[in-house]
Amino acid sequence: MNATSAEQASPPVTEDALRGVLLAGERPPRPGPVSTSLTFGWRALLKIKHVPEQLVDVTMFPIMFTLMFAYLFGGALAGSTQEYLQFLLPGILVQANVMITMNTGITLNTDIQKGVFDRFRSLPVWRPSPLVGALLGDLVRYSIGSAIVIMLGLVLGFRPEGGAVGVVLSVALLLVFSFCLSWLWTMLSLILRTPNSVAGVSMMVMFPLTFVSNIFVDPKTMPGWLQAVVEVNPITHLATVVRGLMDGSVPAGEIGWVLVSSVLLVAVFGPITMVLYRKKK
Amino acid sequence: MGKLAIETRGLKKSFGKTHAVAGVDLAVSAGGVYGVLGPNGAGKTTTIRMLATLLRPDAGEAQVLGYDVVRDARSVRTRVSLTGQFASVDEDLTGVENLLLLARLLGYSRPRGRRRAADLLDAFGLANAADRQVKKYSGGMRRRIDIAASLVVPPELIFLDEPTTGLDPRSRNQVWEIVRGLVAEGTTVLLTTQYLDEADQLADRIAVIDHGKVIAEGSSGQLKASFGAGSLHVRLRAPEQRAEAERVLAGVLEVQVEPSADPVALSARISDPERVARALAELSRGGIDVTEFALGQPSLDEVFLALTGHPSEETPKEDAA
Repeated sequence: MNATSAEQASPPVTEDALRGVLLAGERPPRPGPVSTSLTFGWRALLKIKHVPEQLVDVTMFPIMFTLMFAYLFGGALAGSTQEYLQFLLPGILVQANVMITMNTGITLNTDIQKGVFDRFRSLPVWRPSPLVGALLGDLVRYSIGSAIVIMLGLVLGFRPEGGAVGVVLSVALLLVFSFCLSWLWTMLSLILRTPNSVAGVSMMVMFPLTFVSNIFVDPKTMPGWLQAVVEVNPITHLATVVRGLMDGSVPAGEIGWVLVSSVLLVAVFGPITMVLYRKKK
Repeated sequence: MGKLAIETRGLKKSFGKTHAVAGVDLAVSAGGVYGVLGPNGAGKTTTIRMLATLLRPDAGEAQVLGYDVVRDARSVRTRVSLTGQFASVDEDLTGVENLLLLARLLGYSRPRGRRRAADLLDAFGLANAADRQVKKYSGGMRRRIDIAASLVVPPELIFLDEPTTGLDPRSRNQVWEIVRGLVAEGTTVLLTTQYLDEADQLADRIAVIDHGKVIAEGSSGQLKASFGAGSLHVRLRAPEQRAEAERVLAGVLEVQVEPSADPVALSARISDPERVARALAELSRGGIDVTEFALGQPSLDEVFLALTGHPSEETPKEDAA
């Protein structure tokens, strides 16, 4: 791609042409928050189209984790890989999604560093829409990640008793939770200076959050204090729900738990994010 | 002076212990180009970001097009555009996608937005590069798409933060042409620059800013006049005659004459232009060959040196924020 030749070929900016675009007719009506958020979501999809490499984490992470855990620990923990897979897969699905949410903060921080966010922030649009739009775009990533885990699981022999309905419902709930959890990362990305530090801190939060839960093992064998921690970890409840739905049961109480913690995550980190976003220098 | 497009009083912003903007008063009339001139780190970007509602001032007040930048931030945002110093479009997206994105955000329907994007790309000579990712654009094309992105809805006031920094002369001229075109259509332009000739060429009025304060304000002519009538530059044929020439000039002009770095050149700030002819006559009577002489207003470089006590290129530290 030769930029110079194209530049020479292009005509110079003439005053007439400039006048033409400056007399653009009437200003269009101001779009609503839903419309601007969706437009920012479209931007996120365009970025996936142009930089498909950014899907590496949503494809490789889940595959790696599923294979590693199923074959490394399956025999030791559940007697056989097959049996462990039945227990592990819904958990891995949760972990994969939660891991992928981290990327939200890293992307946002990169955006801020590059300066394009200044343009967005100086637009007369509903202020959270660039963030909400980015998160909407991420829903596509979570869906891809989930699809990969489930397909891989099916290939390896995982059989969800809950059928397609159970699987779809559990993924839907996962998307809701992931969207809400992402506000934690958006907040971090506005506090920390570089994408690297966002990644670092996210990892520090992520590992205990996903491992100190019932994703990999039944907490019954853990010491009492740790069980207490696992019990309050929202990831535990999420994993229980996904397991239940995929197994054909409807753990209503646990679903309530997940929804309440989702709402809480947005209620706490959403406003903090917006305050930081407004004050960002 | 007509209606004021921008008015600030005692605008301040600090980052930690750095007083990036330490009390800026500006009165920018509508129409025309207002130049904010200063070295890196002078507080230009911070000022512009406060005016574009991206930063909240710590103290002081600012009205842009009659709206307070804090209380009426939204009204300001609908009427102004900012073209930042760094990438102000998404590099991963193509030119047309960037413009369509902004058009959609500003309320255009998809078909109207597409037409608008195509018109802008045409007007800025970027039609050929419409479907190429912006990160593959040359510097000049980047700047043009940046500016085009600010005109999706034509603003009443446009902020250009160092629009020509890092551009080659040809691209810089194109940006200048665009700025002049914008003004011809009635847009007010506030631009920051560290290039004195750029402020001289483009701006109707200039605020010179250093260490977060406006240290001088006026038209380029006024700034130069306040500094002195101008300066005389003389080049001689023979370097060994320079000392003699210096003595003659100093005698007639009655001012300090400075030998330049060039061994055959001399320059002097003059207070009375009428003495120059006499001084040249004296030189020729003394048998000193003059190959070149120029009488001019002082350059803004000299103005800057006189105002700040340091040349404009100094202080290469990062512009705060």
